[in-house]
Amino acid sequence: MRHFAALVAKLGTTTKTNEKLDALVQYFSVADDRDKVWVIAIFSGRRPRRAVNTTQLATYCVELAKLPFWMFDECWHTVGDLAETIALLLPENETAYNERRDDERPLYYYIEQLKRIEKEEEPVRKKFIVESWAELNRSERFVFNKLITGSFRIGVSQKAMVNALAKATSAEASVIAHRISGNWDPGTITFDELTGDEAHATDLSKPYPFYLAYALEDEPASLGNPEDWQVEWKWDGIRGLIIKRQGELFVWSRGEELMTEKFPEYHSLQYLLPDGIALDGEIISLPPAEAGATTFRRPLPFSSLQTRIGRKNVTKKQLQEAPAGFIVYDLLEYEGEDWRSRPLSERRSKLEALMAQWNYTALELSPVVRFEDWEELKTLREQSREMNAEGFMIKKRSSIYQVGRKRGDWWKWKIDPLTIDAVMIYAQKGAGRRSGLYTDYTFAVWDGDKLVPFTKAYSGLTDKEFAQVDAFVKRNSLEKFGPVRTVKPELVFELAFEGIAASNRHKSGVALRFPRMLRWRKDKTVTEINTLEDLKRMLEVYGK
Amino acid sequence: MPLIEFTDHGFYCRAGDFFIDPWRPVSKALITHGHSDHARWGSKSYLCHTDTKPILETRLGPGHYETVGYNEPISINGVNISLHPAAHIIGSSQIRLEHKGEVWVVSGDYKLENDGLSGEFEPVKCHNFISECTFGLPIYQWKPQAQIFSDIQQWVLKNKAAGKSSLLFAYSLGKAQRLLPCLAEVTDRILVHGAVYNVHMALVNAGIKLPEVHRVTPDTPKEWLKGAVVIAPSSAEGTPWMRRFAPLATGVCSGWMAVRGAMRRRNADAGFPLSDHADWDGLLKAIKATEAECVYVTHGFTAAFGRYLNEHGFNAKEVKTEYGDDETEEKSTDVLEKLEE
Ligand SMILES: [Zn+2]
Ligand SMILES: [Zn+2]
Repeated sequence: MRHFAALVAKLGTTTKTNEKLDALVQYFSVADDRDKVWVIAIFSGRRPRRAVNTTQLATYCVELAKLPFWMFDECWHTVGDLAETIALLLPENETAYNERRDDERPLYYYIEQLKRIEKEEEPVRKKFIVESWAELNRSERFVFNKLITGSFRIGVSQKAMVNALAKATSAEASVIAHRISGNWDPGTITFDELTGDEAHATDLSKPYPFYLAYALEDEPASLGNPEDWQVEWKWDGIRGLIIKRQGELFVWSRGEELMTEKFPEYHSLQYLLPDGIALDGEIISLPPAEAGATTFRRPLPFSSLQTRIGRKNVTKKQLQEAPAGFIVYDLLEYEGEDWRSRPLSERRSKLEALMAQWNYTALELSPVVRFEDWEELKTLREQSREMNAEGFMIKKRSSIYQVGRKRGDWWKWKIDPLTIDAVMIYAQKGAGRRSGLYTDYTFAVWDGDKLVPFTKAYSGLTDKEFAQVDAFVKRNSLEKFGPVRTVKPELVFELAFEGIAASNRHKSGVALRFPRMLRWRKDKTVTEINTLEDLKRMLEVYGK
Repeated sequence: MPLIEFTDHGFYCRAGDFFIDPWRPVSKALITHGHSDHARWGSKSYLCHTDTKPILETRLGPGHYETVGYNEPISINGVNISLHPAAHIIGSSQIRLEHKGEVWVVSGDYKLENDGLSGEFEPVKCHNFISECTFGLPIYQWKPQAQIFSDIQQWVLKNKAAGKSSLLFAYSLGKAQRLLPCLAEVTDRILVHGAVYNVHMALVNAGIKLPEVHRVTPDTPKEWLKGAVVIAPSSAEGTPWMRRFAPLATGVCSGWMAVRGAMRRRNADAGFPLSDHADWDGLLKAIKATEAECVYVTHGFTAAFGRYLNEHGFNAKEVKTEYGDDETEEKSTDVLEKLEE
């Protein structure tokens, strides 16, 4: 557990990518093989199931620390993380710890025990938790608690881990990325099976990692000859991958979630698609195809698809109101062969031929946007919102399909966000990196002479600005409701957002997509902010 | 009328007609310690501990300063006054007032651990105790200084081995001096930012013995800047001033570093939870030792700490003050730190 705690501590403190990489490489070269498999699993979001719930953990903790529950809440609120709060509150016994140090237990021991107690009675679970706390020091306790509560947010990207593994096992990064993505059980697979040479042929579902684009910051003219580039709309859904191998269908989303079950619309593809195929595309709401129609179906706004996400069982009503389709971007595998290293032009013409031949209602080919010069493209981009698109994807025709976010060959050229000026009226302390500071704000616009709250936002300011707003909140609190403070409506912010939809869950009647603070408008007073009328007008224009 | 009243200028003793750590100018101010939020500019006369005077003179300029040592009782308008070590920084004092059998202690800022520089905290019995609670939550439990010093030393040596400078951010009054003996064990030359240097020289000129430091100036030899060991106030963080030490690693010395979120927010390479304030256990221990009938809690987690005290057999009240906390970035607005770059 010591190595793992040290790794997590190191990853948590350093902000430099190469130091993180070094820490991982170092860890992979010293740790137990079984621990390594778990570390790969944990850092790619495959933690063991929660054996004990947070209330129980908190209860055991306050018992040991002899504190009232409200104090635990207060501390949790300040720390922002349950696992860390518990680690900090439990009494530390250095001497006892140092004596035990030599026969410390490995990470996999704790994970196996956590799995074991999952089915046990509460007293058994409690005994294990309390005893484990007693034999671990503060930083180990923190990672132990994290194993239970989940989500190690330590700023390690999949890419960093893949690179570290590639370095530690001297394999190609893309091969490793392919291998560790997909379905495997850290409880049974060995490190060699996971990263060694012979593995993996067996896992049919294994997805290819997505190629992601950076935002284009310069004018597109900087890209040179328009003829070298293929332009498509940037569709606003969930990036997905449809795979069919040996008669089985797999639908992956970004974030490496298998979503096959969630989209019954795709199920016929299991019989329709040929074997050995992988399609990159966008999971999106598409209206049903009309008989005989050959034109591209304009997708529905993202808010429609949202009703489908996060639900295990899809209702008939949802299927009708938010039918899912798949806009196909790219062909990654064909007849069981990896096509990623072929140029986009070749992949695209094959894809076009296949799509023409298939004509399946679940699939829609992402249309290529025709344009003469970059100026024309700029004009065309203005139609993005009408198309329910976020802008353009600009891809070099000669590009191979790379792994992860890469510069140079693929660019996203998004439209400017929608914006509105609003005043902050509530503030709450943030979690994670900014724990302890008031960084989560609720904003309001005028409705007549009343301020009506309509959205929350908690990103977009610099650390310095957050500190200033935090100081303002502390000095200008009007009331406290639990963790929320009502503040004097004085600070005006320009909020940016990607979309707007009608909502009956919100008092204002609207819900924003990806709201964030674009800038602090110190030049504006609360009388100059936008109104609910303005929001409703935006809903009219963009919310359909 | 209680012996101390809480006014919009600060703590006021009507019987003696003076204030303690007032935040607006008054005619007579008793000062617990030299930090800028406790010792503010503009009062006609100041009374403080002998070792606090050089700090006040540097920060506030020439003025009318009277001094007194620890446990040397004096009297003002019939109020008996004595200073007792608060162990927060050099010269920091708890101020004890006694009038007609009523005893009050204003603790200012304090800690219980003896840092080797700021004296040994002295518990003083009283009826009414005014306590800070900067770290008044049970998540704050300090490790012994020796252990943190050893962590800092190992970090410095590791940086040295990697050819990097070690840049430590520490409050220029208190924390910076406290670090010197620790650093002197792992380097022959400690460089300091001008703000730290000003405080240092004020203390040294007043006869306080401290390990030698070198001020960073444009003339500092190039070879000194490579692999250097440097102390700077947090206001220097992220400024071009830092660049001269590249390649470098940064470390923040502050009690807030006990929480990972706070540490990440600082964006430093390392955080050392070294504090000049009492931790949770320290606060409780100090308060208990006073046997006070009433405890007034000021700056910090006053609401939670006060509630906890009330639920555990104390009679506690929250008092609003204008003191800051001298362990955060906000404090980089200190006048002293502004003097330099
Ligand atoms: Zn202080
Ligand atoms: Zn203070």
